[in-house]
Amino acid sequence: MVKFNRFTLDNGLRVIVHEDHTTPMAVLNILYDVGARDENPEQTGFAHLFEHLMFGGSVNIPTYDEPLQRVGGENNAFTSNDITNYYITLPSSNIETAFWLESDRMLSLAFSKKSLEVQRNVVIEEFKQRYLNQPYGDVWLKLRPMVYKEHPYKWATIGKEIKHIEDAKIEDVKAFFKKHYTPQNAIMVVGGDITLDQVKQFSEKWFGSIPAGEKYVRNLPQEPEQHDERRQTVTAKVPLNDVYIAFQMGDRMDESYYVAELLSDVLSRGNSSRLYRSLVKEKQIFSEVHAYMTGSLDKGMFVFEGKPLENISIETAEAAIWEELEKIKTIEIPADELTKVQNKTESTMIFSEMSLLDKAMNLAQFELLGDADMLNHETEKYLKVTAAQVKELANKLFRKDNSSTLIYLAEKA
Amino acid sequence: MPNYLMTNDPMTIDRKQAPESKGIANINLLKPEHRELNNGCNVYCFNSGDQELVRIEWIFGNQRFNPEKPLLNIAVNTMLTEGTNTLTQAQISDKVDFYGAFLQVDYGYDNSTVTLYSLNKHLQHTLPVLKDIITDSVFPEKELETYIRNQQQKLQVSLQKNDYIARRNFNKAIYGDTLYGLGADAETYKTLHREDMLLHFKQMYQPTNCTIIVSGKVEPQILDLITNTFDSDWKNSTIRPDTSQPGITSADERFFFTEKPEALQSAIRMGKPTINRTHADFPYLQVLNTVLGGYFGSRLMANIREDKGYTYGIGSGMSSLKHSGAWFIATEVGADVCKATLTEIEKEINLLKTELISEEELSLVRNYMMGSLLGSLENVFSHADKFKNLYFAGLGYDYYDRYVDAVKTVSAERLKDLANQYLDFDGFYKVIVGKY
Repeated sequence: MVKFNRFTLDNGLRVIVHEDHTTPMAVLNILYDVGARDENPEQTGFAHLFEHLMFGGSVNIPTYDEPLQRVGGENNAFTSNDITNYYITLPSSNIETAFWLESDRMLSLAFSKKSLEVQRNVVIEEFKQRYLNQPYGDVWLKLRPMVYKEHPYKWATIGKEIKHIEDAKIEDVKAFFKKHYTPQNAIMVVGGDITLDQVKQFSEKWFGSIPAGEKYVRNLPQEPEQHDERRQTVTAKVPLNDVYIAFQMGDRMDESYYVAELLSDVLSRGNSSRLYRSLVKEKQIFSEVHAYMTGSLDKGMFVFEGKPLENISIETAEAAIWEELEKIKTIEIPADELTKVQNKTESTMIFSEMSLLDKAMNLAQFELLGDADMLNHETEKYLKVTAAQVKELANKLFRKDNSSTLIYLAEKA
Repeated sequence: MPNYLMTNDPMTIDRKQAPESKGIANINLLKPEHRELNNGCNVYCFNSGDQELVRIEWIFGNQRFNPEKPLLNIAVNTMLTEGTNTLTQAQISDKVDFYGAFLQVDYGYDNSTVTLYSLNKHLQHTLPVLKDIITDSVFPEKELETYIRNQQQKLQVSLQKNDYIARRNFNKAIYGDTLYGLGADAETYKTLHREDMLLHFKQMYQPTNCTIIVSGKVEPQILDLITNTFDSDWKNSTIRPDTSQPGITSADERFFFTEKPEALQSAIRMGKPTINRTHADFPYLQVLNTVLGGYFGSRLMANIREDKGYTYGIGSGMSSLKHSGAWFIATEVGADVCKATLTEIEKEINLLKTELISEEELSLVRNYMMGSLLGSLENVFSHADKFKNLYFAGLGYDYYDRYVDAVKTVSAERLKDLANQYLDFDGFYKVIVGKY
């Protein structure tokens, strides 16, 4: 149980306070409701590049990191297809410094040309390091446009291509800031060794005078249901063949989300899971095989990935995955197997309460979904899932005409 | 006097002015309760926190390195979950997963660890499985074959990653033919045989070579359950464990370049063997290391990422091992700026040797390190982790007093002297994978 209080400033900034006096630290987490899905198709990778620029100095404070480090704090941020999230941890006695820094960059950035120039290079190096200079690193650049034809999830957070990042102009940066980095587009969570009164006072003092800005109304093209089998084979400089099969699935608020999560756990969580036991251990088809879901806010992906052993053909490997899928589509999972994945979920929720930062991020993300208190009712939702629902969902998702299969063939030297 | 008016107006805030801040006075570390079992196994227990859960670690000193059979330590540790005389791999994972527990094996350079994360309410069911694994593993032939084949495949993927190759070549260069320097290839796996593993297991996994560390909400009955399970009928064998290690001989050559003609980035790793945590200079060197490359605002990051944009990240670190220690710098940079990066690294090291660090920068690093120490004590597990750092280096809690003192008081002169004593760019081992 994660207890919290909540209030909203006149400019629309939502604030959540989670007191935890077992730690001498405090966390300030700000989630901006903007991600790669909000980008212009001709300027992809922008939300993430922008995240880097948020550290390039703000209107009144020339450097962001230095004053924070000076008071014993650390920070980082991440961008996804849905959101951009910034967080600070620091000794609680210095919490006001976090308010000062975060409010100034919400007020306005410095928009320095040098910062844009350097961060463009840094992001291009990140693009190379994570997506191009790694075996299979480009998988999401290939798989996303297969699964999504309309929705902006068709590009990866890093962007469609390096050129989009190279072309970024300072005017684009300013426009993006004005559109998305407003109080009403943000959720702030303050947690740790602080009090509600303290947070109210500092929020009012530092964030209260920031203009509300214009409300961004999201209107994204929705992804139509898939009714055709999609397939692509690439020959690449990779050491081993690799099979990816992705299925479209519901969005985060769909009731089937919890069923899907347990379905993926049955198939792939831990060494007792079906895919590991059957395909790695018993039939010895793969050296590794996994199933997972992207958990995105709009229509998500349910993905299978496996590297077949060298003596196994791609056809055999694919057929072996499908055989497991057919099994779960036709035979209800036994009660014990369902209890197992439910127990695992329950303990995962309890273990996640050991981390202050995890709690703060979770509160922000559930508030974005509509209500931070959903965090405290997650376990119940998993415990309510039935074996019949798991089977039904497997039938709904695991259809050939809802699949996108991407095969990497290892180029023989 | 407009400024005077502004600061007195309660509705106006001065955004250019940082709020007042406080230094960190004290670090309070939790200390464990200690029990020694009848079989010689030491148990340390940290009881704190609200969640009804526990983490238990069984930590065993690695056996002496055998160059003919270099993979025994890691393979035995990794395969502990693969079957016992009474439980198959499938039964082990079924039981652990059914009770929502997490079972992990972790191989480290000095120790091999088995970790159980469990809710207290299920501990009576999960603990017997752990007992079985730790006292009665059998490494079935079929599972060994699978392990070898899958490891060989995974290795092929790793060996296409420049940073992986760089780390491996670097360790080989500075640690030579030891557990620390080992870089297996596909062939090495052929030296693994079940009989050797059984023998290795018997010799290494015994009570006198085991430290159990329990952390979480450990009420007395939970601790009793744990100690009772691992006391009475867990006996030492007649062969003593041998945790001594052969001496380390570093390579003569200093420069190692592996060319990858199509690389977009080059991985760079450089550094040298140095003192470890047991040496009085160690905490001071940690301050110096932080200035150089130990945090986001470090000199290497500020210059090579934030000013030049050559890389997504660059850092330096110190590893403290039982029989050695190392100082290293690691990064992946655009292939066309590899040489330029080396020049900048050399420049930064020479600056530390010739110029005093300003009080402004040094005070920032002091505060950052104190905040970081405080922040690293997030929950009861972190307190146990701090204890492990001390315990396995043979140090007491006064180490952290000395650490805090070093961070708060080390002078710029002392750091300059240390840079001259310990850092020598020309003497560094330098490993590059990609283009140069």
